[in-house]
Amino acid sequence: MIRAGLSALLSHWRRHPIQLLTLIIGLATATALWSGVQAINAEARASYAAASATLGDNARPYLTSGGPIPHATYIALRRAGHQVTPLTEGTLDTEAGPLRILGLDPFTQAPGETFLDGLEPGDTSFLAPPGQLLVAPQTVRALEGSALPPRMAVEGVAPDQAVADIAIAQGLLNRPGEIDRLIITGPASLTAPPISDIAPGLRLTDPSDEVDTARLTDSFHLNLTAFGLLSFAVGLFIVRGAIGLAFEQRRPVFRTLRALGLSRSVLIGLLSVELLILALLAGAIGVALGWLIAALLLPDVAATLRGLYGAEVGGSLTLKPVWWVSGLGIAVLGTGIAALASLWQTARMPLLAPARPRAWALASERAMLGQALAALACGAVALVAWALGGSLLAGFVMLGGMLLGAALALPLILHRVLGLLSHTSRGPRSEWFWGDARQQLPGLTLALMALLLALSANIGVGTMVSSFRLTFIGWLDQRLAAELYIRAETDTQAREIEAMISDRVDAILPIRSAPTTLGGQPGEVYGVADHATYRDHWPLIARSPGVWDTVAAGAAVLINEQLARRADLWPGDQVKIGDWDAPIGGVYSDYGNPQPQAMIGLNRFAQMFPEAPDLRFGVRMPPEGIAALRREILDRFVLPADQISDQRAIKDLSLGIFERTFTVTAALNVLTLGVAGLAILTSLLTISTMRQPQIAPVWALGMTRRQLAALDLARAALLALLTFGLALPVGLALSWVLLAVINVEAFGWRLPLHLFPRDWLALGALAVVAALIAALLPALRLSRIPPSELLKVFANER
Amino acid sequence: MRGKSPFRLARRGFLASLLPAMAQAQGFAGLGHSNASYAEPDPEARFRFPEDHGPHPAFRIEWWYVTANLTGPDGAPYGVQWTLFRSALDPNPAAFAASQAWLAHAALTTPTAHFASERRGRGGTGQAGVTADPFAAWLDDWSLAGPSFDDLRMRAASDVFAYDLRLRTGARPVPQGIEGYSVKSFEGTASHYYSQPFYEVEGALTLPDGPVSVTGKAWLDREWSSSPLSKDQEGWDWFSLHLGDGAKLMGFQLRDRTRDAFTAATWIGPDGTTTPLPPGAFTAEPLEIHRSNGREIPVRWRVTLPQKGVDVTVTALNPNCWMPLSFPYWEGPVTVAGTHDGVGYLEMTGYE
Repeated sequence: MIRAGLSALLSHWRRHPIQLLTLIIGLATATALWSGVQAINAEARASYAAASATLGDNARPYLTSGGPIPHATYIALRRAGHQVTPLTEGTLDTEAGPLRILGLDPFTQAPGETFLDGLEPGDTSFLAPPGQLLVAPQTVRALEGSALPPRMAVEGVAPDQAVADIAIAQGLLNRPGEIDRLIITGPASLTAPPISDIAPGLRLTDPSDEVDTARLTDSFHLNLTAFGLLSFAVGLFIVRGAIGLAFEQRRPVFRTLRALGLSRSVLIGLLSVELLILALLAGAIGVALGWLIAALLLPDVAATLRGLYGAEVGGSLTLKPVWWVSGLGIAVLGTGIAALASLWQTARMPLLAPARPRAWALASERAMLGQALAALACGAVALVAWALGGSLLAGFVMLGGMLLGAALALPLILHRVLGLLSHTSRGPRSEWFWGDARQQLPGLTLALMALLLALSANIGVGTMVSSFRLTFIGWLDQRLAAELYIRAETDTQAREIEAMISDRVDAILPIRSAPTTLGGQPGEVYGVADHATYRDHWPLIARSPGVWDTVAAGAAVLINEQLARRADLWPGDQVKIGDWDAPIGGVYSDYGNPQPQAMIGLNRFAQMFPEAPDLRFGVRMPPEGIAALRREILDRFVLPADQISDQRAIKDLSLGIFERTFTVTAALNVLTLGVAGLAILTSLLTISTMRQPQIAPVWALGMTRRQLAALDLARAALLALLTFGLALPVGLALSWVLLAVINVEAFGWRLPLHLFPRDWLALGALAVVAALIAALLPALRLSRIPPSELLKVFANER
Repeated sequence: MRGKSPFRLARRGFLASLLPAMAQAQGFAGLGHSNASYAEPDPEARFRFPEDHGPHPAFRIEWWYVTANLTGPDGAPYGVQWTLFRSALDPNPAAFAASQAWLAHAALTTPTAHFASERRGRGGTGQAGVTADPFAAWLDDWSLAGPSFDDLRMRAASDVFAYDLRLRTGARPVPQGIEGYSVKSFEGTASHYYSQPFYEVEGALTLPDGPVSVTGKAWLDREWSSSPLSKDQEGWDWFSLHLGDGAKLMGFQLRDRTRDAFTAATWIGPDGTTTPLPPGAFTAEPLEIHRSNGREIPVRWRVTLPQKGVDVTVTALNPNCWMPLSFPYWEGPVTVAGTHDGVGYLEMTGYE
């Protein structure tokens, strides 16, 4: 009996292959988006972990001097009993792109934290010239044939990095004896004098005090995860639609099976088994698709993270068993959620009850009120999160509450709007149209909710991306006003370059910086020249009168927006720079920089930080001479090419980074909208079968099937348009939360909101077109339905 | 944030192998074989001082090894270890700054506590090294140095303990084995080996509870070779004993996987005259096993040397003298009772 029952149930899918396909596609798409995003996240996180392990130092305090630390200082500290290990780093241009060289001393690494323990015991070729570069396996392949020292593939080294012995690295980087950082690997000896007694020039940085870069990258991952969840939710609407349809159509079969003696629990059990099989099948397809999505998007994600945070992420992907398991798990879970209502209804179905779709619809109308109440609750949660504020989590709770609330409120709002519109009706035909639209609303609710979410996300994220891009381009134009930026290797070299170019350029603007504490936080202070370049271009978002004069005179400072927002410091307040309680003259925007920063007049800077290197400067000059001058400097001085860059190169680089940041987002947007379109299609397919009892009388009264089909199309377009109307404010609110709440929390800067009505028009049209395409198949079906089918409605109950 | 690096799992591999002085003794693959590019000990060579106090970079491994048995003002016994290992990475020292790897171990033992610490250093940078005259041996802030080899200041510190001791003697260094040629296996592998077992010590220890002034005796071992052990030798038990009558006994057994242990010993009279004893004359037999962390460590031994009428029990002052460092071993102070009494040090490797 059980086998017969199962085969009877499964036979349904054989007779409705399209429905089966819809279910599988819906579930697979949902799982794919979910697991794809998870895969990207996991891969990126693994790469960070590798990057931090490579450095082995970012959790450890370290000493810097603002320039190279002499070898003798390092030895003096060791001989005094301080556990420090030297690090020399730099970038080499290779055939495979820039390669970051980390030179470390295996002898003084913290015990158990060295990569070198992965090497073959007894093999000293890492130390002996030409040395070895420890690189990730993909980097070995990328560097094949290079003239660099032999490469060793070591799992766990971040891509685009190479670990070498410090002596080898100093040779490669042409920096003999120079140390960039002394990392403190452990407690000093009991007898050790303070570091400041031995090496007074060194400055201690404790990264645990600093802004955690993990928090920044977390926000990116949080974004991705939110999108993954959203996509999954949208996908579930399809699954819900398909399962609802399958159950609805099989009510007679259920009834027959029950009447033949199949117990209720066995029937529910069989249906669950059937769903489980489908979920596993679709889940497997979904995981594979998700892997494909991740593999396609990962290079962009990697580029984004590298550009934004300097975090190296491998551009390749490995399929891990845990993804299979979690992907299948989420597919089963999602199917369960989607099928719960249907299973419940089947279980409670009276044995001899006829199929009554109308009653089902009515019940859903009652549910509408409950949903509206839930929507109010979600809205309240969002408001509370906003009011409490102050954290990234609150921002995302607000976002979630808002989106869910809007989705839940959608049916009631559409119901009311359709009710209002029905007052405009003249004649029975339009009255029937409005009435019929309201009648169908419950069946379409899920699909329309999915559409609402997809459209809101699209508007919200699109607005954020465009606002960001617009602001950022403007900021770059202001910020990179000088034509050429040069960073010399040594002070002497800097003076020589200055002497060489001084009479051939309009102005040389020194850029000096020193690490210091700003209002109690570690940050960077810049000394800037008093020049029109700054006065005219620097992007100030708040200023006091005569700010540039007071800054040039050394009587005030400018601070970046991150510091201003984090410490709530604005013009008129004071910020402590080292020992100086500096009056704040203005606040400038400083996108992409997680650190607090301040700018002071060059003279004041020189007094406060006489030791700071004077290596960098901007050059103002006529654009036509840039290329020639750059080549001339490179010919004459030993200078890596990346240390002399023209403004356009920097701008292009920066823009490229920010463009890529949102490629992923855009791709997910398109996918989500596609999934929503699919949801509408399946919902309409579901409804079309149930609608026959309502269509038949209208047809019998004289409307042609063609007219009915046209009305169906019009209704789909109308509902899509109405949904879009609601999605617009929701999307704008979403983008406002992203720009003004989540951005500030995650990055420390707030972006102005720019509106792009033309994009909305395009999106609205797209939504209508998607709805029309989705409605086309059911409409065609309706227009070609054999009249005998419609007549059956009157002959019996289907 | 930080992922688990696969390297942590195999963390002892590379660095320990750069410092093969003892790793070798514990049977690390291939290291027991002689390497033709390094110098081999020569039975005809004679020590020349002070030159031989300094390093011998042509040999692969070398150490400066001091142990001291000390007593506090209240009579409480203490033990101190100061060890500097040199290990050549390249038989051609001129080729590269990192041609020498240095490793130092320091330990401080009380009857109830044992502190051990390790430092590693790169040669040719000033971080670590040895000079013969005036004598100085150092790695970081740990040093053994003085105007001459007869008058040394020995210092080491970690973040929990420190010591600062003065070692003085009027006696000449004592060659071990045959004129300093110390055979280590039946195959004839050997090292150059001399000792200075006659140091008188005074100074101060810094313990977690505070400083303690101490006096006592110290024993310095100097040894260099390129491949002293045969490949089947898996560890050693090494005794350096200050006996009550002023005589000293150095004896060791090198345990072998395939046959009986190889033993050797040197009897040093109170006046410094040495009697090298042939293989087998010295015996050491475990009497009591201390079990800790899955290791079985013999902490009480019966030691005999019939030629000199020695039949004593050697007992660890503190059985928990495990040195959990780059390569782990047991080393700690012992007391001697039986036909002779006294104090000394016991080093045991290969019990990991």
